[in-house]
Amino acid sequence: MPGAETIAAVVEAAVAQVAVTLRPDVLSAMRAAIDTERSERGRAVLQQLLDNAAIAARDVVPLCQDTGTVWVWVELGVEEHPPHGLQAAVDSAVASAYRENGLRMSVVRDALFDRTNTGDNTPVFLDVTLRPGTGATVHVMLKGGGSDNASMVAMLDPSAGEDGIAETVLRAVEAKASGACPPLIVGVGVGGTFDSVGKLAKKALLRPIDELSADPRLRAFEARLLDAVNASGIGPAALGGTTTALGVRVVSAPCHIAALPVAVNLGCSAMRSLTVEVG
Amino acid sequence: MAADAIRVNLPATPAELSSLVAGQAVLLSGVVFTARDATHERIAAELKRTGELPFGLVGATLFYAGPTPAAAGRAVGSVGPTTAKRMDAWTPELLSAGITAMIGKGARSEAVRRACAETGAVYFAAVGGTAALLATHVRSAETIAWPELGTEALMRMEFDEFPAFVAIDATGADVYAFAPAEWKKVRP
Repeated sequence: MPGAETIAAVVEAAVAQVAVTLRPDVLSAMRAAIDTERSERGRAVLQQLLDNAAIAARDVVPLCQDTGTVWVWVELGVEEHPPHGLQAAVDSAVASAYRENGLRMSVVRDALFDRTNTGDNTPVFLDVTLRPGTGATVHVMLKGGGSDNASMVAMLDPSAGEDGIAETVLRAVEAKASGACPPLIVGVGVGGTFDSVGKLAKKALLRPIDELSADPRLRAFEARLLDAVNASGIGPAALGGTTTALGVRVVSAPCHIAALPVAVNLGCSAMRSLTVEVG
Repeated sequence: MAADAIRVNLPATPAELSSLVAGQAVLLSGVVFTARDATHERIAAELKRTGELPFGLVGATLFYAGPTPAAAGRAVGSVGPTTAKRMDAWTPELLSAGITAMIGKGARSEAVRRACAETGAVYFAAVGGTAALLATHVRSAETIAWPELGTEALMRMEFDEFPAFVAIDATGADVYAFAPAEWKKVRP
């Protein structure tokens, strides 16, 4: 049974790993992009990003100085008991991981009234949901401020359809990519409610970009969005080029008959996440 | 970094920066000062109170960055540029008061672009997400003021061939405006 301490240990190890190691799917896509990128400046940027990944792994230093806020999403098997004291356990694990691995503390106490640093990168932004079966699936994401700021939610009319969604995604990328450290992973959530669509977009970023969707409609839509984003000309580091995104990932869900919620959450070139199955 | 990168020594005067052209690759060496949001707020407050920039920042380069702690035998573990547009509100007055160059990432406001053209200041962009690489080009890092701000403290750093690009040059040409337009609709 995955108790709070087991999950916390998984989180602590995951934070240490993802802060210094580029996600394998992102690394492969970046290596491929250096051969297809048309702009010389774009290729120079991609080469710097590849060199950076090698130095970070070799010297065990963070890929990016913004080691982010920590989002932990635990999908708990319905046959398990809810883990007691989970928030405290993951907070303690993250505080320890940030201190021991020399990561940057980037959380303030209160967004409105007390913008002093909490000093240990807690609280963890924790979600617990249920899934069938036993055990737990633990997702850990370190999200940088620059890319998370480059996000948006739009409540479209259902008549806007796929074209409206594509236009919204492109508008978000064109307005905000330059601060989000392209080449991007573009996470798109469609459906749900106003509050849940943003979470769908974030969940989309967890799916590896080299893993094709089983649904052919989704596969085609993701390919269409990727082509549109890469035709924006923004390019690596937004200094011009043909590689603005390495992948686009879409998650859709049921919604109200009157609604078409869309959220865009940009992942940076140092997209850091890990999914671990706990028995 | 491209072999044809231009070497720039910092701090630099507007006259020394005037030949740089937006889009060029550069290697920056010399002294810069880190300053993020909270640091800008304090510098601007000092400027308002005394009428001049504090800590000898006249003629200096500001690096929009908050490093991770020292590691791997280096002055900082990782350090890279933060999103520059968050500093836009303070930038025109800081350029007027004597800041001559900035290092960050991402597009700036029209007011900042105009202020560069008016004062001869240059905005350099480093590549976001290359902080482990960039830290190998930082020779030293020393907190100068406001240590209570943690990673947002004002720090003096010495660069050694730190790779960047000219983003806005002293004529006000802006790579974030013209470069994507050049590549729009071009497929890989």
